[in-house]
Amino acid sequence: MPFIANTDADRKAMLDTIGVKSVDELFSDIPAVNRFPQLGLDKGLSELEVMREIESLAARNLSANNTAWFLGAGAYNHFIPAAVAALASRGEFLTAYTPYQPEVSQGTLQAIFEYQSMAGQLLGMDAVNASHYDGSTALAEAILMAYNLSADRHRILLPAALHPEYKEVLRTYFEAFEVELVEYGGTPKDGLKLLDDKTACLVAAYPDFEGRIHELSGVADAVHAAGGLFIVHADPIMLGLFKSPGELGADIVTAEGQALGNAMNYGGPFLGMMGVTQKLVRKMPGRLVGQTVDGQGRRGFVLTLSAREQHIRREKAVSNICSNQGLVMLMTTIYLELLGKNGLKQVAELCWHKAHYAAKELGKIPGCKVADGLFFKEFVVQTPRPAAEIAEQLERRGIVPGLPLVRYYKERSHELLVCVTEMATKAQIDLLASALKEVTA
Amino acid sequence: MNIDKNARYAASHEYALKAGDVFVVGISDHAQSALGDIVFVELPAVGKTFKQGEAFGVIESVKAASDVYLPMAGTITEVNGNLEADPALVNREPHGGGWLIKFKAANPADFNALLDAAAYETEAAKE
Amino acid sequence: MNLQPELLVYELSSPGRVGVALPDCDVPVTALPTALLRAELKLPELDELTVVRHFTRLSQKNFSIDTQYYPLGSCTMKYNPKVNEVAASLPGWRSTHPLVGAEFSQGAIELMYRLQDSLNKIGGFVAGSLQPAAGAHGELAGVLMIRAVQVARGQAQRTTMIVPDSAHGTNPATCTMAGMKVVTIASDSDGAIDLTALKAACNDSLAGIMITNPSTIGVFERNMKQIADIVHAAGGLVYGDGANMNAIAGILRPAELGIDVMHYNLHKTFSTPHGGGGPGVGYVGAAPSLADFLPGPIAVKDGNKFVMRQPAKSIGRLKAFYGNFGVLVRAYTYIRMLGGDGLRKMAENAVLNANYLKARLEKVYPVKYPRRCMHEFVAMGNFVDGIHTLDIAKRLIDYGFHPPTIYFPLIVPEALMIEPTETENKETLDAFVEVMLKIAEEARANPELLHDAPHHTPVGRLDEVSAARNPVLCYRG
Repeated sequence: MPFIANTDADRKAMLDTIGVKSVDELFSDIPAVNRFPQLGLDKGLSELEVMREIESLAARNLSANNTAWFLGAGAYNHFIPAAVAALASRGEFLTAYTPYQPEVSQGTLQAIFEYQSMAGQLLGMDAVNASHYDGSTALAEAILMAYNLSADRHRILLPAALHPEYKEVLRTYFEAFEVELVEYGGTPKDGLKLLDDKTACLVAAYPDFEGRIHELSGVADAVHAAGGLFIVHADPIMLGLFKSPGELGADIVTAEGQALGNAMNYGGPFLGMMGVTQKLVRKMPGRLVGQTVDGQGRRGFVLTLSAREQHIRREKAVSNICSNQGLVMLMTTIYLELLGKNGLKQVAELCWHKAHYAAKELGKIPGCKVADGLFFKEFVVQTPRPAAEIAEQLERRGIVPGLPLVRYYKERSHELLVCVTEMATKAQIDLLASALKEVTA
Repeated sequence: MNIDKNARYAASHEYALKAGDVFVVGISDHAQSALGDIVFVELPAVGKTFKQGEAFGVIESVKAASDVYLPMAGTITEVNGNLEADPALVNREPHGGGWLIKFKAANPADFNALLDAAAYETEAAKE
Repeated sequence: MNLQPELLVYELSSPGRVGVALPDCDVPVTALPTALLRAELKLPELDELTVVRHFTRLSQKNFSIDTQYYPLGSCTMKYNPKVNEVAASLPGWRSTHPLVGAEFSQGAIELMYRLQDSLNKIGGFVAGSLQPAAGAHGELAGVLMIRAVQVARGQAQRTTMIVPDSAHGTNPATCTMAGMKVVTIASDSDGAIDLTALKAACNDSLAGIMITNPSTIGVFERNMKQIADIVHAAGGLVYGDGANMNAIAGILRPAELGIDVMHYNLHKTFSTPHGGGGPGVGYVGAAPSLADFLPGPIAVKDGNKFVMRQPAKSIGRLKAFYGNFGVLVRAYTYIRMLGGDGLRKMAENAVLNANYLKARLEKVYPVKYPRRCMHEFVAMGNFVDGIHTLDIAKRLIDYGFHPPTIYFPLIVPEALMIEPTETENKETLDAFVEVMLKIAEEARANPELLHDAPHHTPVGRLDEVSAARNPVLCYRG
């Protein structure tokens, strides 16, 4: 077996040293009746055979590589420079553990520090942690932080147009707590009407699930005046161009970082981003890396503020998080360094222009109507026929037109959520428009 | 170990020292030494009321975090603002500038039930 | 190791540089809403080669499994096969989307179905969910399931979870996150769960217990069945923390000893890389009475098709979409290569290697609980006055070995937790033993050598106190 080096001779020598006759004897603490069961698994295969099997399974999925792709809704098809995977797949990064021994983990630690620095700029926050499982759990933990900060505030104001799967995650996370999850329709300004002295936080989506960008100025002040925290869940690509949530007064910002250098991967692994203002740093969950010096005054990096975490505070920890999305965070770090300030802005501009061109073209189709309001790269189109039927028809022709909203909202059968990124060419957008026109005629 | 003979102690290593009509609370020299370098002290809001033995704050070192308990029931009247910038004061002057909070006791006579310096010294030596 | 200082990315930046070329805009432009745009974005500016050298040099400041022996207890730092990476990077996985619809992702759902099935069989569970993204996330799933079952039984007052004092910190932290109260019970003189303390903690507020078996001291909890019986009789449920599954996969199905719900870390036992902190997967398996409560959706077979479906009484979703799918492909690849027989060999050699190391080291490094170990054992590093476990750990670095886990579990003073894994050969284990014995001699003859260690690393011991007192968490230009 390629992954076990011990030979029979090695085993014999080791058993002699231990002072037992057989390997079986090492398991004598396990009840004999339960020992060595037949698992009913197939026999092991060679690498060649396993790869054939995996390749045939992988080939049965629709891939954005050979289709015109307009599906987003929480997982985004963006360009990833070749250097991202080439660097992140180096064994020294890939096969290292969490950097608990800083002298032999400066590579990982400095990369995290650079991530914290750049993500802090992007989100407009003073401190960003070294990741959550995804955007939804980052948001859940942000709300949990707000809830735990004030014992007598249990009302959480959420946008009705938050990603439906995020809402499901929040319901799971808060099921055991006396929390009131209240949805507000319309814009965050409409949400302000629901503020009261029991409100722990108001959450705004920037943009919301349907792609709309809402006015956020003034919201933070009103939430703070009511004694609550203002949490913003953002699209990090959009922040290459638009004002950061920090600039708009947010106390906590969360984001799904997958779009920054990570493939869609059928929904994971993704990157939960979380940033907070200075005064909340010691209450935030997740790992943090800090800069310091060694005995000779050389700059170095360490995991810090660990007293917040489970391995020290146990049941009083701010979260149970331990393993995070380290490698995904590394890929985002490399991506941000390659793109830099101009590259990320350019990606955001391409998304904006292409999405708006697509919206204009789709809006011209008889029976189709693009939803009103400001958007960035995603928008809702009303279709004259059930959107799910249209999508299936187009997918068979190699065009993935977007998400039929009926998947999450039974009554919204004639609406399609369309996402256009820098990956779409004008020719593909025109193809989408002509195909949609054809199947709705 | 330094010990303030005028203070009285809880077995959980906090001291209370009478100062006019309030009590000053900190942790003993023994406790600060056991905790090591203190990096952060979290203190309650002024006006908050605690039962005897209830946790009112947290003292953090690099590898540990310990709750601190109010030795007697009472209401917080003042917190040591200097600790935010310089938590090491608790290490350097546990019985002086490194005090944690002041409180007004619900029942000042509770003070007499706490360990005196000699009794605390015996207790602490057992650890 | 690369000992040269590496500048921070902001210090390498030069205005006007860019590391990627993007296509020109090929559509008519639309005016931007200028009032909503940011004035500046302080990201660095670098060319591609500078970025490539920067990360290559940074990587050379890490110890890793690919470069060093890494006997980190409780973390199962086994070799991560390269085929896993090739398998996971196929375009059919990387470039497909969780919302394309089952018909267009049959390969992905079938892989999840097959992986669930294999993991269920390994543990003896009837169903499992691949959604949790890490061990602690799997624990949260399990405790929320226990809570939901108690509520469904009309026992909502059962909100107490028993956690042994030897447990990983995630166990008690998870209970709090699941809205439960924690009762900690002390270990007995063998490091095992104290049955008297357990019985005393059983009352009508008991929801369940969290047990790590093999335990964090690396021994098999011999009373497992009895413990489960006591908890079940008291109306509680048993959660199994499968952090140490590497010792028993193919040897024992934990469900047979009374475990109702359990997670295993695919990033430990099933060889997916740790990635400097993650991503992982915390598969959760369930016994029949809890299967309907699993988080989901999970993969099910419906006629000839595979679909994702929410279990009937599911606690709900724990993250968006279906889990860390890329990690699932790696774990599936590994299980297919090993097969049932290979899994047993894996555990056998992991346990053999650990017992071999223990036999060779225990005369010099005392073992507090000297029973036969499973895949790891816990020694102590304070056998000479003035020398601590930390000093031994740091000195090991000088010899090119990653230190074992130190100061955990908390019930062993000056703990040195050593887990060799099955993928190391005898020569490596022998070399490690020789170095450990040499360090023990140095500890007596020349303790300063240990106190000042490590000597051959990019930085020496760092000032963690000032890092925590005055946190610098981002570049301040």
